[in-house]
Amino acid sequence: MEFFRIKNDIPFMSYAGVTSVVSALTFVVAIYFLFAKGLNFSVDFTGGTAMEVGYTQTADLAKIRGTLHAAGYIDVTVQNFGSSHDVLIRLPVRPGVTSAALSEQVIGILHSQDSKAALRRVEFVGPQVGQELVNDGGLALILVSIGIMLYLAVRFEWRFAVGAIIATIHDVLIILGCFAFFQWEFSLTVLAAVLAILGYSVNDTVVVFDRIRENFRRMRTGSIAQIIDNAITRTLSRTIMTHVTTQLMVFSMLFFGGEVLFYFALALTIGIVIGTYSSVLVASPIVMWLGISREDLMPTKKETGGDTRP
Amino acid sequence: MNRYPLWKYLLILAIVVPGLVYFMPNLYGEDPAIQVSATRTTKVDATTFAQVELALKTAGHEVVALQRDDKGIKVRFRDTDVQLKARDTVQRALGDNYTVALNLLPATPAWLGWIKANPMYLGLDLRGGVHFLMQVDMVAALKKAEERYVDDLRGILRDKKVRYLTVARLESGGLEVRFRDTAERDKGREAVRKELPELALVDGQKGNELLLIARLTDQAMTEKRKFALDQNIVALRNRVNELGVAEPVIQQQGIDRIVVQLPGVQDTAKAKEIIGRTATLEITLVDEEHDLGAALSGHVPAGAKLYKDRRGQPILLKKQVIYSGDNIIDAAAGFDSQQGGPVAHITLDARGAAINQRVTGENVGKRMAVVYIEIKSETQLDARGNPVLDAAGRPQRNRVRVEEVITAPVIREQIGKRFQITGLDSIEEARDLALLLRAGALAAPVEIIEERTVGPSLGAENIVKGFSSTMYGFLAIVVFMAVYYKWFGVISSVALTVNVLLLVSVLSMLQATLTLPGIAGIALTVGMAIDANVLIFERVREELRNGNTPQAAIHAGYARAFATIMDSNITTLIAGVALFWLGSGPVRGFAVTLCIGIITSMFSAVMVSRAIVNQTYGRVQRLTGLSI
Repeated sequence: MEFFRIKNDIPFMSYAGVTSVVSALTFVVAIYFLFAKGLNFSVDFTGGTAMEVGYTQTADLAKIRGTLHAAGYIDVTVQNFGSSHDVLIRLPVRPGVTSAALSEQVIGILHSQDSKAALRRVEFVGPQVGQELVNDGGLALILVSIGIMLYLAVRFEWRFAVGAIIATIHDVLIILGCFAFFQWEFSLTVLAAVLAILGYSVNDTVVVFDRIRENFRRMRTGSIAQIIDNAITRTLSRTIMTHVTTQLMVFSMLFFGGEVLFYFALALTIGIVIGTYSSVLVASPIVMWLGISREDLMPTKKETGGDTRP
Repeated sequence: MNRYPLWKYLLILAIVVPGLVYFMPNLYGEDPAIQVSATRTTKVDATTFAQVELALKTAGHEVVALQRDDKGIKVRFRDTDVQLKARDTVQRALGDNYTVALNLLPATPAWLGWIKANPMYLGLDLRGGVHFLMQVDMVAALKKAEERYVDDLRGILRDKKVRYLTVARLESGGLEVRFRDTAERDKGREAVRKELPELALVDGQKGNELLLIARLTDQAMTEKRKFALDQNIVALRNRVNELGVAEPVIQQQGIDRIVVQLPGVQDTAKAKEIIGRTATLEITLVDEEHDLGAALSGHVPAGAKLYKDRRGQPILLKKQVIYSGDNIIDAAAGFDSQQGGPVAHITLDARGAAINQRVTGENVGKRMAVVYIEIKSETQLDARGNPVLDAAGRPQRNRVRVEEVITAPVIREQIGKRFQITGLDSIEEARDLALLLRAGALAAPVEIIEERTVGPSLGAENIVKGFSSTMYGFLAIVVFMAVYYKWFGVISSVALTVNVLLLVSVLSMLQATLTLPGIAGIALTVGMAIDANVLIFERVREELRNGNTPQAAIHAGYARAFATIMDSNITTLIAGVALFWLGSGPVRGFAVTLCIGIITSMFSAVMVSRAIVNQTYGRVQRLTGLSI
C-alpha cells in the first residue's frame, strides 16, 4: 500500500508567502490570547487549597463534583485520597477569598449533601513553590532552544538553526495560545508535553533539512526553491506516516488515558499537527529567505581543494 | 551484501536476552505486606518473629509468606483488607517499641532477586506511597533562639563593662536584664541597641530593681521562623536522599508545615523512622559538684537537671547547653582504632568548634554528656487498643519528648572541630546516629501531624489507564504498519516490541520511578521510535523506484537513513536531557523514559530490524521484489 506516489515536486516554496502570512497571524493571535487571557495554571504553579473530606461510606465522586459544579466551583478537582471514603478536593487560589473562608464554603455545600461529611484537613499550597516551577520551566525552554540551535549550527549551518528554532517556537506558542484561549488547565504534565514537542518538532524539521542538504550536494541544476521543494516532496510520505503513528499513540492516551493524561495528550496532538505544518512551511522558507546557497553546504575540503589550483 | 556477520547477531542476543530477563520482574505484580522493624532501642529477633507469628495466627489472618531478614520481618498477604487488619494486630502485640508499616512487596520469584532483577518502582500516582504532613514547632524554635540571646546579652554587657545583676529568659517570651541603677541601665540599653538591633527594648520595674525587657521584633521573629523552616526542609531533603527515594516531594506548606511525599518507597518503616524521629543533640556538662543522691530524692539543684542514660542509670547534667545539633556539620560511622568499638565521628562548624575548644580546655578530666532528644508523635490508645478520638473525631495524638543521655565520656584532652562519640552498641546504631546527625540537626523539633500511605484505589486506576492506553496505541501502530509496509511493517513491529522491552528493562535496572507521565513517555517513545523505521522504509521504496535492485535498495535505504535518524534523535535527546535536568516530579519521570527510549529505539529500529531483514532477504539469490 502506498498513499503518496507523487510524480512531480509540489511547489511548496511558491505558497510560502501565503503560509507565512497565515503563520504570522496565528502567531500574533496566540501571543494575544496568552497575554489577554493568560494560562489557566494548575495548583502546581499557583498554589491553592486542598481539602480532605471524609465520608462514612464510599464517596460518590461524580455526585460531589456535580454539587460543587452547580454551586459555581467550576475548576474544582475531586478525587479519592487514600481510601474510597476520603475525598481530596482541590481549589485554585481565588483572589479576595482566604483559604479558610473558601474551605468553609465548600464544606458547607458538602454538608448539605451528606451531613456526615467531615472536614479532615485543609491545606494551602504556597505560591512560592509554584514560582520556582515556573522559573525552572522557563529556563528549560530557553536551554533546550539554545542546545538545539547549537547542535544544528554545528551539524548544518546557522541558517538552518535559525529556521528550526523559529518553527519550534512557533509551535510552542501556538500550543500555549490554544491552552490560553480554551482555558484548559496548564499543569506540570502539560509543561512536559510542551517541552517534548520542542524536541519532536525539531526532529521533524531536521529530517527535511537533512534532505535539503543532500539535494544541494546531489542536484547540480535547479533553483534553491526547486531544491527545497524536491526535498519536502520526497520526505512528505515519511513526515505524514510518522505523524500518523505518533498520533495513533497520542489518541490512545487522549481517549483511554484518563483525566491526568488528557491535557497532556491534547497538547501533544496540537503540537504534532502544528509541528508537521511548521517543519514544511515555516522552517524551510526561512532558510530560503535567509539566503542559503549551494556553497554553504559543500563539504569544505574535499571538493574545493581541487578547484583552487591555479 | 545484506548479511550480518555472526558477531552482530550475537551482540543483539547479548542485549535482548538480558533485557528480557530484567523485564520479567514487572510481570509478577505486588503483594500487600507489612513490615516490622525495630526502633533504636529494640531488636527484631527470633522471639519477635514468634510473637508476630502467634499474633497473626490467634487473630486468624491469612498469611501468604512470613520472612525475617536483617532489616526486620516481612509478612505478605493476599489482599489489602487483611493487610490493614494485620497491621493493627501486630502493632498491638508488639507495642510501641517496633514500627509496623504497610508496604507493597514485589512478588518476584527468588531467582530473579538473586540477579538483582527487580520491577520498576511505581510513583505515588500509580501505587501510592507515603505522604507526610509535618509541623515545625515554632514555639520551640523561638525559645531556642531566645536562649541563645541570653549568652549574647551577657557577653555584650560584660564587654561594655556594664554592671548588671542577671540576664534571664522569661517564660512568657522575651528576655529580662536586671540592673541596680538607671545609669547602668541606660548604658546597657545603648550597648544592646547597637549590637542587637533585632531586639525591641522596653524599660520596666519590679520592686526596687530596674528591668530592661528585650523582645524579638516581629521582623526578627518572622526571620527566625523562616530560618527554622528552611533548615528543616534542607535537613528533611538530606534525610530523604539518604533513604534513596527517586522522586521525593518536599515542599513548604503554609508557614510552618512541610509536606514529604515518598513515592514507591520500599522500606516505608525505615522512612517513617528516619523522618519521624526528628532528633536533636544537645551537648552539656555533667554536674559533678552536686550530690546525685540528693537530686534523686527530689532536691535537684538550680541549673541542673536529672536525666537517665542508656542503661537507665540516673545522671545529673548542667542545664546550660554548650552547643547543639545546629553546630554539627558532618557525622559518620566508623570504628574506634584504639578501643575497637563502633563510633560516630562528628565534625563541628567554626562556632561549635570554638565553643568546644574553650569548654573542653577548661574541663579536662570532667565529663561531658551528649543528650539525644527525640520528639515522637503517637496516637493515644485506650485499654482495648483502639485510638482515642477527640471532639472532631480525629485520633488523639500525643507528643512525647524522649530525652536520653547517649554517652557521657570523660574529656581526656582539649578537643575542637573533630571528635567521636563512643559507647555505642553496634555499627548499625553508629550508622543510624550518624545519619541523623549528618542530615543536619534540626533547628526546631518537627512532628508528623499526618501520615498517610496513599491507597491503591487511585493508583490502580491510573496504572490501568496508563497501561491500556499504551497497549491500544501499540496495537493500532502494529496493525497500521503491517498493512502499510507489509512484511517490513511486521519486522518494525517486532523491533518496536524489542524497544518497549528494553526500555522497561533499563528502567527496571536503574530502578527509576515510573509515574503516569512516565508511562506517557513510554507511549510517546513508541510512537516516535517507529519514525526511524518509517524513514528507512521510505528510503528503501525510493531506491526501488529509482530502479535499484532490491538488495541494493535495502542497503542504501538503511545507510542513507542512518545519518538522518542520528540527527533527529539527538535533537530530541537534547530536549530530554534538559527536561531531566531542570524538571521536577512528573516532568522528570517523563524525561527519563523519553531519553532512555530514544537510545533503545536507535538500537531496535536500526540493528534489530536490519537483522531480521537480512535473515529474510540476505541469502536469497536473484531477489526480484520486496514485501514493502
